[in-house]
Amino acid sequence: MPDYRWPDSEDRSLIGKRVPRVDSPLKVSGKAKYTYDVKRPEILFGKVLRCPYAHAKILSIDIRAAERMPGVKAVHVIQGPGSIIHWAGDDVAAVAAVDEVTAEEAIRAIEVKYQRLPHLVNDAEPPTDSDLARLPLGVDDINEMLDKGVPADELIRQIQREGVTARVSENELDELQTIGVNHAVLDAIRGAFVHPSGEVRRANYRKDPVQIQGEPEQAFAAADFIAEGLYGASAIAHCCLESHGSISEWTDRNHLLVHMSTQNVSGIAGQMAAPLRVPAANIRVHQDHVGGGFGSKFGPDRWGIAAAELSRKAGGRPVRIMLERDAELKVAGARPSAYARVKVGAKKDGTLLAWHSESWGTAGPGAGAMPPIPYVFDIPHQRLEYTAIRNHVGPARPWRGSNHSQAAVITMCALDDLAAKLKMDPLDFFLKNLALTGPMQDVYREEVEIAASLMEWKSKWRPWPKSGVSGVVRGVGFSIHTGGGRGHASDCDLSIHPDGSVEIKVATQDIGTGTRTIILMVAADTLGVPMESIALHIGDTLYPPSGGSGGSTTPGGVSASTRRAAVDARDALFARVASALSAQPEELESVNGTIRVKTDPQRWLSWQEACSKLGAISLNMRGRNPNRNTPPDLTGSGVGGVTMAEVEVDADTGVVRARKMVAVQDCGLILNRKLAESSCYGGLIMGISYALFEEKIMDRTSGQMLNPNMEFYRLAGFNDIPELVVHLMTGGKYDERGVIGIGEPPVISPGAAISNAVANAIGVRVPFLPLTPDRVLTALDSREQLLEKQPGA
Amino acid sequence: MGNQYPKRGDLSRDASSRGGESEDSSGVSRREFLKISGASAAAPLLAGSLLAGSLAGESLVSESLVCGSTILAAGEVVPVYGPGPLPMEFSINGKEYKANLEPRVTLLDALRDQFDLTGAKRVCDRGECGACTVLVDNRTVYACSLLAIEAQGRQILTVESLMQRSALHPIQQAFVDHDASQCGFCTPGFVVACKAVLDKNPKPTVDDIRRGLSGNFCRCGTYHGIQQAMAQLALTQKT
Repeated sequence: MPDYRWPDSEDRSLIGKRVPRVDSPLKVSGKAKYTYDVKRPEILFGKVLRCPYAHAKILSIDIRAAERMPGVKAVHVIQGPGSIIHWAGDDVAAVAAVDEVTAEEAIRAIEVKYQRLPHLVNDAEPPTDSDLARLPLGVDDINEMLDKGVPADELIRQIQREGVTARVSENELDELQTIGVNHAVLDAIRGAFVHPSGEVRRANYRKDPVQIQGEPEQAFAAADFIAEGLYGASAIAHCCLESHGSISEWTDRNHLLVHMSTQNVSGIAGQMAAPLRVPAANIRVHQDHVGGGFGSKFGPDRWGIAAAELSRKAGGRPVRIMLERDAELKVAGARPSAYARVKVGAKKDGTLLAWHSESWGTAGPGAGAMPPIPYVFDIPHQRLEYTAIRNHVGPARPWRGSNHSQAAVITMCALDDLAAKLKMDPLDFFLKNLALTGPMQDVYREEVEIAASLMEWKSKWRPWPKSGVSGVVRGVGFSIHTGGGRGHASDCDLSIHPDGSVEIKVATQDIGTGTRTIILMVAADTLGVPMESIALHIGDTLYPPSGGSGGSTTPGGVSASTRRAAVDARDALFARVASALSAQPEELESVNGTIRVKTDPQRWLSWQEACSKLGAISLNMRGRNPNRNTPPDLTGSGVGGVTMAEVEVDADTGVVRARKMVAVQDCGLILNRKLAESSCYGGLIMGISYALFEEKIMDRTSGQMLNPNMEFYRLAGFNDIPELVVHLMTGGKYDERGVIGIGEPPVISPGAAISNAVANAIGVRVPFLPLTPDRVLTALDSREQLLEKQPGA
Repeated sequence: MGNQYPKRGDLSRDASSRGGESEDSSGVSRREFLKISGASAAAPLLAGSLLAGSLAGESLVSESLVCGSTILAAGEVVPVYGPGPLPMEFSINGKEYKANLEPRVTLLDALRDQFDLTGAKRVCDRGECGACTVLVDNRTVYACSLLAIEAQGRQILTVESLMQRSALHPIQQAFVDHDASQCGFCTPGFVVACKAVLDKNPKPTVDDIRRGLSGNFCRCGTYHGIQQAMAQLALTQKT
């Protein structure tokens, strides 16, 4: 049985070390070629005509004038007459021309008649009862509520109020009875009003079934302190610096070559096949480098399909569509907004008892889902209500740590307010309730202590100021977070050639992860050869498939499959050369470019000599992740992290500046310490950016995004970055958990930590991120009122 | 794109002129330029005088340019170029380049599309993000905001100029050492901006670095690595 286990720390030549990113030299020299930089012979430039209205019906499209323009090679209607547009900037038609300006002129020559429809682009106000459409419950909804232990009387109330989507058959009711559903609930289902199909589905507001855990009403009655507040985070854009786009060309009538800016090389062909009516096997996707994804680049997108259609119409000539910056910010994805009114109660000693949240938010046309609140802390008694808003702000996409940063803001800020009300140091309050974080509590305890020491928390924290503040004031705050990060499915082909060269092929991508670097480190560490001697090929569907880079899954996936392939190849090589060393294969080891007998290092062959014994045929091994047939599991899931923030607030201008940020993070077995730290630094910086600056600002009248540019869609700049401290958890008990990705977790907590630090500085909660000067000043103005309303504060 | 040309240096984004009014008394600040350009439909003669100042007055346009006609603007005879392609010549990274370009083509598009120098990236295309930063006569310029026609006769340096054969420039090596790139799309712009900071002052203070790099944005969050790289360079540079 091959031994795939990660080597013990003393046997690691590269794993865990601070190895420089292998593609850095290409990036710093400008030689790295991104999709935006790719040149193809006879290339045509595509531009997309976008609808100016947030909600409209297309009545007619006339493309004749555009088609006749000199230099225009193809025009393609993306959404024809009768189509309904659901966000401003949505794609209507596309043009391919010999250069960009001709294409731009051509899209201006397309005449479209729209019928405008009413739009909704605001989401920050809580929906009123009259906004709410009652959504009838399906059997799945009822099952879900049963699974979550919603009490019978609440279940009956909801069934009676909302009705059901379809008559529930006696067979289904019998099944429910066998799993222990009581008669009163079954009767309620039998007697429920059945809604005609499709009714109310189009409403803007949709309230989910209430979820209940424990007995929240009694728990609140038993609480000594209750804090109530409003919290939230606006919709923000991904703002990839390389915009979304691709270059498509038909190499013959049935074969398509696509260069695409994507975080999902292996997953694109399957998504293009059906709309283009061509087998996925005939679509080749290639990408060398990608300028950011952050969760927004998993699909070919409608404009990617349009580029391929334009190419087909233009006789197969390559057609490039890369989004303009305004389109990138308007239509290429956004982090869903999330807001909540939260009530949270505790005993005098700080023991958390009960949580009640009425939350809402939008993911654009697709509604969206409640963030995982209460986050990390499993408060014993909970009542969770959520209203999804379906509106016209544009489509949402996962944003680095899907829904977690919103959940952290809502939860950690509510708990921080309760700690303030209890007059407790939030550090003590969190530690008091740490058992509610479950199996990770020891990790959190260790991390919170390290973070507190790095932040000098005990000397910096003081209670919220009681009186008004003026001038520049300081405060500290913190938040904790979790994350998955288990390695995704990935195959890896590793070849050892008779000349000693090594070749690896994986259809993965490097979105800043350091994918290339970690694959090479794992292979080199396993084979005992230098990283530079290995030729690595990624970013092409010619290679074995590997998952998309989302959910922090790439490091685990590619490292595990590479490890398996390398161990198998190494063992196969040992089998071929053992006799030459008068040893058994299992007595050999591969170290520093030699293959030698473990117990007698004087008996050795150089790597080249050993490989020459392969004869004419190369060794080729495929490693797979996951692979349950050959344990162990080389990757793990579930990390803990803590972020602390120190801020400075100018109470006269409302300007917030981060002064110091501390991140303490675990990620199981660290593959490359330098890259893992970079992910944490990047998370802190991106966190400062969304905490203080970023917001998709929508105009209610026109339904348009008002800041689709980089001047007013503000990212944190060099000047906004304070002292940053990163500490990674290391050692045996972390190594044992295997490789866990941390692309996402470090960005989750900074928003909540900064909000808590601002509240600590000025003595009042600024409800919503980003914490812009106007919001800070509004909160300060309302402070006296708030104090009157909450005499306990 | 309009047919007025900003005055030389207006679009440079050195610390002295970025974010505020230009200190260069002969120049028109970016903000003023935008005001003028916004009002140009109503006041074409004003725009014309800018054209005269920048093109005729400072001889930025080579003699060989095909000048179709002239107009009288603000009492001066002003040449009109385009709208068709014109032969242009550039000095980029010490080499001569020639192309036939329309006057509306930006320096950035000329570099990328005509000369395949793709280190400078097009991200915002309107002078906001710094990903297209190049040096023109040793000053940082957003290549998306300078017309190619104006870049003639000036020394243009792009990120591609920094490597000596296969050896990285010390700035580039410092970026590698401190992992100052993740996705890498903003990196070439930052490398050039760092060079400008160090050229001006080999021992920059933290504030010099912050000011000098405040015109470039990164999305992945590599500012920490860049800060570390610059700190190392400031230590090792000879004054």
